Amino acid sequence: MDRAGMSLEIPVEGNNFSAAGEAASRVKKTLLRLGIDSQLVRRVAIATYEAEMNMVIHSDGGKIILQVDEEEIKVQAVDQGRGISDLELAMKEGYSTAPDEVREMGFGAGMGLPNIKKCADRLEIKSVVNEGTTVVMGFKYQP
Amino acid sequence: MTLKELVDCIEGVVVNGQERLEEKFDGVFISDLLSDVMGHAHEGNVWLTIQTHNNVVAVALLLNLAAIVFTAGNAPDAATIEKGKEEGVVLLATKLSTFEAAGRIYQKLQ
Repeated sequence: MDRAGMSLEIPVEGNNFSAAGEAASRVKKTLLRLGIDSQLVRRVAIATYEAEMNMVIHSDGGKIILQVDEEEIKVQAVDQGRGISDLELAMKEGYSTAPDEVREMGFGAGMGLPNIKKCADRLEIKSVVNEGTTVVMGFKYQP
Repeated sequence: MTLKELVDCIEGVVVNGQERLEEKFDGVFISDLLSDVMGHAHEGNVWLTIQTHNNVVAVALLLNLAAIVFTAGNAPDAATIEKGKEEGVVLLATKLSTFEAAGRIYQKLQ
């Protein structure tokens, strides 16, 4: 299998709940097609889904970038929007700024970023208020 | 336990996936918070929920869940059924409350 240099960019629309999850689905299918271990794919899929949902709920949209190389699988979620004002608080399980109508759908429980942290081997979040957020997640082949 | 036995046990209706009812499932997960499901449900689980919008299909698909059961008479949205068909996710519905459905399945699994 040639993992080097594989890269995929998927647009994500802000506030479009009916399409939400499609980027994560494409990432999952792509990785399975590359023959990546299914447990690893599962971790990547969960983290990507949560990052995608965060973009749908909180941003004006952006893109998910999947990169598969020799060392790791890297997923970046890059959005434009209001950004995160207090990152430490945002990482706290149960903390959420999601509006009520989104919570009624079962989103915005304050578990997205903690789920990402559990699934990813490496997590970097850069955010500028009123500009946007970039979440970089790295997944190693060996646990 | 097969999905067919599950349907009988909860007096369920098959909304999608009639052809997959002979498949077995492995345990049950109950939550209406999608991130809770993403974080804690296991592959092969049946998921009981009252959430009916189409994003539940994405969750079931990403986690390889065996089926989604909409409880307490909650019917899935048209978009949910359409997406379920497209992606081949088994969708079941029951009039029983989540508590009663879970109780019956639990007993049957003992």
